[in-house]
Amino acid sequence: MAVVLVLVLIVVGSVLFHFLSPWWWTPIASNWDYIDHTIIISFWITGIVFAAVVLFMAYCVFRFRHREGNRATYEPENKRLESWLMIVTAFGVTALLVPGLFVWSRFVTVPSDATEIEVVAQQWQWSFRLPGKDGKLGTSDTRDVTADNPLGVAPKDPNGQDDVLVEAADLHLPVGKPVKVLLRSIDVLHDFYIPEFRAKMDMIPGSVTYFWFTPIRTGTFQVLCAELCGQGHPLMHGVVVVDTEQDYLAWLGQQQTFAQLSAPPQSGSANQPPGKIIASSLGVAANSKLSRSAQ
Amino acid sequence: MSVILVFLLVIAGFAGWWLSHQRLTAKPWLEQGLAGDFVGFDRSALPTAKIGLGVFLAVVGCLFSLFTSAYFMRMGLPDWQPLPLPRLLWLNTGVLVLSSVALQCAVVAARKGQIDNVRLGLATAGFTTLAFLVGQLMAWRQLTGDGYLLASNPANSFFYLITGMHGLHIFGGLVGLGRTSIGAWNGARPERLRLSVELCAMYWHFLLFVWLCIFALLAGWAATFIDICQRLLT
Amino acid sequence: MVDVTPADAIPPAEVGEVELYHPHSWWTKYVFSQDAKVIAVQYSATATAIGLVALVLSWLMRLQLGFPGTFDFITPEAYYQFITMHGMIMVIYLLTALFLGGFGNYLIPLMVGARDMVFPYVNMLSYWVYLLAVLVLVSSFFAPGGPTGAGWTLYPPQAIMSGTPGGQDWGIILMLSSLILFIVGFTMGGLNYVVTVLQGRTRGMTLMRLPLTVWGIFTATVMALLAFPALFVACVMMLLDRVLGTSFFMPAIVEMGAQLQHNGGSPILFQHLFWFFGHPEVYIVALPAFGIVSDLISTHARKNIFGYRMMVWAILAIGALSFVVWAHHMYVSGMNPYFGFFFATTTLIIAVPTAIKVYNWVLTLWRGDIHLTLPMLFALAFIVTFVNGGLTGLFLGNVVVDVPLSDTMFVVAHFHMVMGVAPILVIFGAIYHWYPKVTGRMLDETLGKFHFWVTFVGAYLIFFPMHYLGLMGVPRRYAELTDMTIMTESARHLNSFISIMAFTVGFAQMVFLFNLIWSIRHGRGAGGNPWRATTLEWQTPQTPPAHGNFGKELPIVYRWAYDYSVPGAKEDFIPQNVPGDFAPSREPA
Ligand code: HEM
Ligand SMILES: [Cu+2]
Ligand SMILES: [Cu+2]
Repeated sequence: MAVVLVLVLIVVGSVLFHFLSPWWWTPIASNWDYIDHTIIISFWITGIVFAAVVLFMAYCVFRFRHREGNRATYEPENKRLESWLMIVTAFGVTALLVPGLFVWSRFVTVPSDATEIEVVAQQWQWSFRLPGKDGKLGTSDTRDVTADNPLGVAPKDPNGQDDVLVEAADLHLPVGKPVKVLLRSIDVLHDFYIPEFRAKMDMIPGSVTYFWFTPIRTGTFQVLCAELCGQGHPLMHGVVVVDTEQDYLAWLGQQQTFAQLSAPPQSGSANQPPGKIIASSLGVAANSKLSRSAQ
Repeated sequence: MSVILVFLLVIAGFAGWWLSHQRLTAKPWLEQGLAGDFVGFDRSALPTAKIGLGVFLAVVGCLFSLFTSAYFMRMGLPDWQPLPLPRLLWLNTGVLVLSSVALQCAVVAARKGQIDNVRLGLATAGFTTLAFLVGQLMAWRQLTGDGYLLASNPANSFFYLITGMHGLHIFGGLVGLGRTSIGAWNGARPERLRLSVELCAMYWHFLLFVWLCIFALLAGWAATFIDICQRLLT
Repeated sequence: MVDVTPADAIPPAEVGEVELYHPHSWWTKYVFSQDAKVIAVQYSATATAIGLVALVLSWLMRLQLGFPGTFDFITPEAYYQFITMHGMIMVIYLLTALFLGGFGNYLIPLMVGARDMVFPYVNMLSYWVYLLAVLVLVSSFFAPGGPTGAGWTLYPPQAIMSGTPGGQDWGIILMLSSLILFIVGFTMGGLNYVVTVLQGRTRGMTLMRLPLTVWGIFTATVMALLAFPALFVACVMMLLDRVLGTSFFMPAIVEMGAQLQHNGGSPILFQHLFWFFGHPEVYIVALPAFGIVSDLISTHARKNIFGYRMMVWAILAIGALSFVVWAHHMYVSGMNPYFGFFFATTTLIIAVPTAIKVYNWVLTLWRGDIHLTLPMLFALAFIVTFVNGGLTGLFLGNVVVDVPLSDTMFVVAHFHMVMGVAPILVIFGAIYHWYPKVTGRMLDETLGKFHFWVTFVGAYLIFFPMHYLGLMGVPRRYAELTDMTIMTESARHLNSFISIMAFTVGFAQMVFLFNLIWSIRHGRGAGGNPWRATTLEWQTPQTPPAHGNFGKELPIVYRWAYDYSVPGAKEDFIPQNVPGDFAPSREPA
């Protein structure tokens, strides 16, 4: 009989936990509240099913537990019941899927007025590139990566010369403007993930992936890497600051372009060798790797 | 992944056909007793070993379909440079066909109980198969000699990988062929011998078929063929 | 109604030439044995032993996550090695091996009424190759650089690069070799399981009279035979990339400032191959569990499984569909986003046959005569955890919901619930159920109850709250949760709580192990059929079944596996090999 009690407690406890516990998603900061709504729908449908199945089971165990002289009924199947259950299930699943696919089609359709920006990942830091005055990002190639050109921007491409590079520093974005985030990696898989924005996507060396969103409130948000990328993975944080238009322009004015950065003689501090930042935080482990790869 | 999906569809077809003969819609709780009409459903009349080999060949087919799928996916990427196939492969194909034919003759002979011809067939098959393997190795040497190294281009990598895998399977088959031959010379029971010869033949025919597909793939005909089909469809 | 042949008109059941192998010495009887029952025990023991390693690794990880900074020896490197070995061992070397190699070997011949597997020699080889695979895997703990830390998915490029533990050392090479060996060994065993079901069935054992356990293991094996080659291909190609410098999966890469030799390869290609195996793998673990749990519920509720035909069809449908959903693991991998529509749809379609199975288990309880034995308790616990994990699967399969949740603790909670806890609970239930057949003695009931409650409640308390960490955005595979703005103080406390529960659950497994060993000698004698079950393995003349399983003559099967509480019959069960017509005269409404 303890089972019956525990089964009921599991349902009640899980529901209470869901509503009362302090652990819930972070306040949203992008247009993807659609996703949150879909999650809420999913919670309702699945929650009801879970409670129904487990409570029904508890009832069965309570009602039909073995007592002296009991005998089970002989009931091989019940076509009607089974068909009904199948139909109801199919209906529930459709109710989950349809809104989901609807939101997905928004997710994969980038609005035409979205600004392209680029995020470049490497073990284990984030860099960013914004289009310059011409509004276009220059092409890039991992093969073009050198100590002076850590992001691998194609040196010959005129579109790339005025691109703004933000190497291993914070990215700023203006609030309310849709952005298409182009994602690139020069070594392994990474994943650009900001919990408050809800969206994420892997970055794959050798190709460019993307997603889009519109920041809807100002603030400072932490970037997390969400794809295992080696031992520095848990420390691969970054910062995205969503600014008002004015603050954003002020910040943009202080950034340097590709042409400025690659023009000799070097100025600024942006051309650290890759890996240096993480080396300090990972201590000995990464240093030994560094010295090994330097040999 | 379309190649493997097509392959699995074929397998599913077989499975579905077989299942459709198993009265999956029967209501087993209404059927007590050992009614005469169940007997046919107990098992297949084919020898168990053949069914076992059949299942194994399905797995092998799956393996090569997956290599083919990977091949097509990797081929679409820009750094792919097809490599010229050595002429020798034509000869090797001929030799492999010969060994398959030899085994088929051995099967016929075994069914007729002509032990001498069985031995002849097995020996021919063994030697031609060895010749095939040597030929493949020579083709590899020729390619490396011409500078088509394993790691220098994905087309080369796939060539060595797939032909190597096929060669390994042939090599494994030689073990079975060897055991059959020992039986043939040491006077195994005729029906046992017949079964093992048939199994060998089945394996060889299948690997010949796989080889022909691989050859078409590596020579680029498979890609052209798919291209044409796609154009016809659109 | 079908005609019934009188029993005495039936020829002896010995069919075909059964070339039963006979052991001649102690070595061939207990070590290099070709008897499926011995092989089953060997498989199970090896899987349990390596599973214990995985369990200890999970404690170490939980130590780090629950009490960050306290244990210096768990560096990020070590953490990733633990996570990888834990995941890979649990999924492949424990669950797959135990369900198919262990239960498959023991139950298939007995349940279908065969003397042994059809290819006993190959069956024996299968175990030894598996053992070799396990040894190679274990050896990587002692290799220079330690085991690989690439995550159980082994995604390239990082799996074979120096930023990952074992990537440029031996770890990854040993891991790939071990997997290749495992697949070779499994294929040998798998051929046996499939062909034995096809050809080894005794007279009268039509497909629709098979117990669902056999259906589950059979379908899972067919799937495994077709899915493992994908992992094989992926492993071989990665091995070539790592050892011989090819570029199947490796694109142009700059590592620590230096250009690597590779060029142009596609990491996504690996992911497709991996998940083409990986998703069916989930069902390879789940289907045997489905089958076994059906039989546990039916036997211990003294009632036929509800909707047997639907159950069989659902198993087949799930088996087939699970080959066209693999890319739901890749929604945020950067593949063509339009694939999402297709794979979300197929994934949610699978939910329908799966749900039907759940309904039928629960409906079997309805108007049953439920004996709350240990196997039944574990079966009930399985339903709870499986339903819970299956429902969160609907979140992750629904492509857009997966975007925020993928690669977070939500995923960890989901798959532990559905393919960790749920199948393991079935394994426990199955062990309590069949242990009497294997050893002739019952497991101790009191220890068993303790084991059950701690495991079930504990595991639920570990993994249910974990979903909410994922909802907050806590990523998975994080060796350190420091400096994270989303990690609130209370979330840290929750993590400590989860860790404490994990140790508790782990401790209960030690009690279980003790019970397993202690009861071999001290357990209560069981008799041949302690659960009064109908299936053939309980009808053997000896317990434990002797070599050849069934004495002189093979049993003849006269009925399906679920004749419990048949109206008009004296007992509440009629074994499959008992002739006579007790059919209810009408088809029940
Ligand atoms: C009490 C039992 C268990 C505990 C406490 C446990 C704990 C953990 C922990 C802490 C992680 C790492 C999570 C992360 O940081 O991302 C993990 C990963 C994993 N576990 Fe378990 N686990 C248990 C049982 C199982 C079982 C039975 C399975 C079998 C399916 C399993 C399969 C996995 C897999 C596949 C991973 C992922 C590894 C990876 O990310 O590469 N675990 N587990
Ligand atoms: Cu990362
Ligand atoms: Cu999946």
